[in-house]
Amino acid sequence: MLRDVLALGAAMIAVGASFGAVAVAAGLPVWATLTMSAVLYAGGAQFMAVGLVAAGSPLAAVLAGLLLNARHLPFGLALGDSLGPRLRHRLLGSHLLTDETTAFTLAQPAGEARRRAFWLAGTLLFVAWNVGTLLGVLAGGAVGDPAALGLDAAFPAGLIALLLPSLRDRDTRHAALAGAALAVVATPVLPAGLPVLLALAGPAAVAFRRRSTPTDAAGPPAPAVVERTGEMSC
Amino acid sequence: MLIAVILALAAGTYGFRLAGVLLRDRLDLPDWSRRLLPVGAAALLAALAATAAVTEAGRFAGWARPAGVLVGVLLAWRRVPFVLVVVGAAATTAVLRLLGVA
Repeated sequence: MLRDVLALGAAMIAVGASFGAVAVAAGLPVWATLTMSAVLYAGGAQFMAVGLVAAGSPLAAVLAGLLLNARHLPFGLALGDSLGPRLRHRLLGSHLLTDETTAFTLAQPAGEARRRAFWLAGTLLFVAWNVGTLLGVLAGGAVGDPAALGLDAAFPAGLIALLLPSLRDRDTRHAALAGAALAVVATPVLPAGLPVLLALAGPAAVAFRRRSTPTDAAGPPAPAVVERTGEMSC
Repeated sequence: MLIAVILALAAGTYGFRLAGVLLRDRLDLPDWSRRLLPVGAAALLAALAATAAVTEAGRFAGWARPAGVLVGVLLAWRRVPFVLVVVGAAATTAVLRLLGVA
């Protein structure tokens, strides 16, 4: 587990360094670049914000970034008590919540293992991203292009590897495949962030249907839900 | 101006993160819908991975990246250790680019 997180952490240092270098090259002050990695801590939104601010559209940077990050709300719902029992755990832990942390956490069995996975991945990846940013700011143009190292392939591959075991469940597999297909098809026509949120349509449709039929609130057996997921989301 | 952009983004993003985490306890969800939460998260992660694997700025990302991701997925399928999955995916894409494949 530690080794797995470190592998992704190493890739994250490199991408963080590229962010630091790109931001400074785009004319962002050093303090702003470092602050962004520390208080925003969301790679996609940071790259996007640097681009839009440099292009002179600060309002667009905020709106586009928030649309891109709306997915963290359902991630938080799914993780919930994995952060710990106390309010302070949740206040601090929420800031460490990312795609990769969510994937590492949900790959563990529910309970103590998830909590350990969340804090291990959350802390290490946060440190990796910020150390990377600092290195990028210091090295500037000397930082290579992460695409030359193929790092843009490393993150999706890592996410899918973490997801694979959960796809043995038919319900989850249908939702994941339908969500992935829907998001890819919608990407050319919708603003960034929305296509990914479309993946929630399948599970949400199941929830909506169940809510509108309160008579069987006790719930039919799982297979009924599985069929509906496939039907609604395909 | 710049500081306002950073703070607005940071506050909004933290708001999304915290709202999900805190809502989990506030919402009195029946069991069947609680089971849907990890399903929804898996669907989101799959959508993220798929769009990151094949698209770049709303367009096709070229062949090198999806080829590397595919190699990584096959390695993961064969239960190869996670570290090698990540390295295998990156190395495949890097070598393809070195060979001139976009």
